Amino acid sequence: MKVNAVSLTEQEWILPGNRTCPGCALSLAYRHTLKALEGQCIVTVPASCATVLHGMYPITAVNVPCVNTPFASTGASATGLVAGLKALGKKGITVLAFAGDGGTHDIGIQSLSGAAERQYDFIYICYDNEGYMNTGNQRSGSTPLGAVSGTTPVLGKQQYQKDMTAIMEAHGLPYVATCSASYPLDLYEKVRKARTIEGTRFLHIHTPCPPGWLFPFSDTIKMGEMAVETGLVVLYEIENGVFRLTSASESLARKGGNLQPVREYFVSQGRFKTITEEQIDELQDWVNARWKQCLHRATNL
Amino acid sequence: MGTRDCGHICDESHPGIGEAGKTGEWRILVPRIDADKCTASRLNKPTCYLCWLYCPEAVITKGIPPTINLEYCKGDGICAQVCPVQAIVMEQEDKSAA
Amino acid sequence: MAIQRKSNIRILDGNQAAAEAARLSRVQVVAAYPITPQTPLTEQLSQYVEQGELQAEYVAVESEHSAMAVCTSASLVGARAFTATSSHGLAYMHEMLHWAAGARLPIVLACVNRAIGAPWNVLNDQQDSISQRDTGWIQIYCRSNQEIIDTIIQAYRIAEQVFIPVMVCYDGYILSHTEMPVAIPDQKDVDKYLPAYKPHTSLDPSDPKNYNLVTLANPRVGVDGKLCHGYMELRYLLQEALQNSRETILQAGEEYSQIFGRDYANMFWEDHTEDAEITVVAMGSLAMEAIVAAKMLREEGIKVGVLGLRVFRPFPKSDVVRALRKSKLIVVFDKNISYGSEGATCSEIKSALYGTYINASIRNFIVGLGGRDVKAHELADATKKAIASLKETVINPDYPEWICQI
Repeated sequence: MKVNAVSLTEQEWILPGNRTCPGCALSLAYRHTLKALEGQCIVTVPASCATVLHGMYPITAVNVPCVNTPFASTGASATGLVAGLKALGKKGITVLAFAGDGGTHDIGIQSLSGAAERQYDFIYICYDNEGYMNTGNQRSGSTPLGAVSGTTPVLGKQQYQKDMTAIMEAHGLPYVATCSASYPLDLYEKVRKARTIEGTRFLHIHTPCPPGWLFPFSDTIKMGEMAVETGLVVLYEIENGVFRLTSASESLARKGGNLQPVREYFVSQGRFKTITEEQIDELQDWVNARWKQCLHRATNL
Repeated sequence: MGTRDCGHICDESHPGIGEAGKTGEWRILVPRIDADKCTASRLNKPTCYLCWLYCPEAVITKGIPPTINLEYCKGDGICAQVCPVQAIVMEQEDKSAA
Repeated sequence: MAIQRKSNIRILDGNQAAAEAARLSRVQVVAAYPITPQTPLTEQLSQYVEQGELQAEYVAVESEHSAMAVCTSASLVGARAFTATSSHGLAYMHEMLHWAAGARLPIVLACVNRAIGAPWNVLNDQQDSISQRDTGWIQIYCRSNQEIIDTIIQAYRIAEQVFIPVMVCYDGYILSHTEMPVAIPDQKDVDKYLPAYKPHTSLDPSDPKNYNLVTLANPRVGVDGKLCHGYMELRYLLQEALQNSRETILQAGEEYSQIFGRDYANMFWEDHTEDAEITVVAMGSLAMEAIVAAKMLREEGIKVGVLGLRVFRPFPKSDVVRALRKSKLIVVFDKNISYGSEGATCSEIKSALYGTYINASIRNFIVGLGGRDVKAHELADATKKAIASLKETVINPDYPEWICQI
């Protein structure tokens, strides 16, 4: 029975009056993740925007037990929690690693890969705002081609995004999924499903960032929707190797598979102010090719 | 009066609302729900609640109509954007009335 | 009077002794990455776990930084955690060492002392653990494999009482790969000595707490209206705990002697210091070599005492002052150097003596780096050289001398 806004629990584990920017998609994503886990979790968080959300000692803005850990170590910290709980015979608590793209794709990739290879029993969620946003937007492995950032200030990023979900799929995990803060019910369902699966589970959540991407903070949801409608973000899940499109990506596929042109996504964000026509065309080709692949892989169409 | 009395030997934080203070003060625009347009309100039953679903701050409650905690609402305007019947409007706020 | 207990004596190398101690301490989470010369220790632990002799989660981490991150989280959630490493591995986890101490977690780490590159060297010196002396860990050095097994067990007792992580250091190859007779403590006695770990932290969804968040520079009021620490006060508490840990260390050593018959109620080992005006200072297995050297010198009529440093952090200043009160010359042998200055133990000794009535000359020798063998007669010759140098000047030299072949 799928949930909707009416049936979804009203209990909150994120407390109002926290330090996130207005219109923060990560806050929305975290809110629904914790609902899906009913707060029965121990969260570990590296240096990231989530750390800011959590607040400053001695007050925290979340109602779940949490362990903050240095930037590179999220996967290892989660492993430690799982190992400790197992050694103590404590059951029924989900260990949740909640990290940004910096702590997942870049500095944190080693410890995540190690933990995944060891198949430790936790959920790893990467909320991806496509840059080191906590420190004011410096480029990360997940910053898209052509995006301006603090460390790509004039030319924009010259490299493609690292496909972290594909990397995690290659670890042979029982569950791997992509989500978007703009589709909270899809996110909720995926976290609920992940909760029931044993082993290392990886979810990647696209979380638009108003101050980092330079768009009005009222448009956060719209931005995330546009990313999916243009095919820049594809919502899917891979459960024991079975690939399924979900939510808006599934609907798009069923309605003929036509994507909106990527151009409209780029023109609505200030970070793409220096993107070239060549780069836009390249990206359109890349998106089309990837979408074709997804349509081909999908087992539920 | 020193800090030793708090009894902490490490950084141990406890949950609290308003960790960043009264974030309602961050607002430039304030949301106003028009009960005549709001679907829950018109049908007098729990329904829709997309504003509640999409609020990143968890300051909306599922009332008929939904209510917004203005002490902490940051005025991002997402609720106004996602409302399918445009029942929420972002207005200039008269802060002197607070 | 310590009770002499009949115990089970086996021939073990240092790594085996350390593994045995971790097993007897009933550690619950082991996360260690192999590195020469620690590797056999971590292999032995995985064998214990796979054979069911140790009920623990053995995490085959992919790096030392991760090893310490696993230990910090496991310890936070309430499990007794153990790790071991050397040299570059210890350096790799440097950030996490600061974290563990600041988080006040009672983790025990066995450091199998090895030189750090560049250039590569897999043999012994103490640069690795000395480089970490500022992180807030308790550091204890072992002179023999017996001390290794005894110190690791005591380390948990100390750590879990004062909530400070403990680094137990022993020399790579000289101890780690050298077999000696070791009396193995009885498991029942260790269980009596080491109660179950009672964490000060709690990760419980029904009463959530958030650990190691950002702190501000200044104190801030908490949810209960009490003024809570700023960063500086939290760090003050760590230093205070380290300063006060001396009592716990001595107490743990005293109680160890009651149960196991070997006395550790001291901050360092003294050998014939009562009648000596010349004291040799050394740490780890080098202290044993120094005892042999002191014996050689006594046969030549030179009265030398040996101060074998055991607890390096917290540095036992007033104990050292008491032990050196009769010294006119102190010869410090360091298997490390704080580059640009001098050997670390020499600096500590000088710092301890400053402002006291002790008016001794101090000579510092750098020895044994990168596994360079240090023979007792070399220590004896260096001491004689130091004695001779007093004829020229009693002023302490700016920089140490090196015993090497430059």
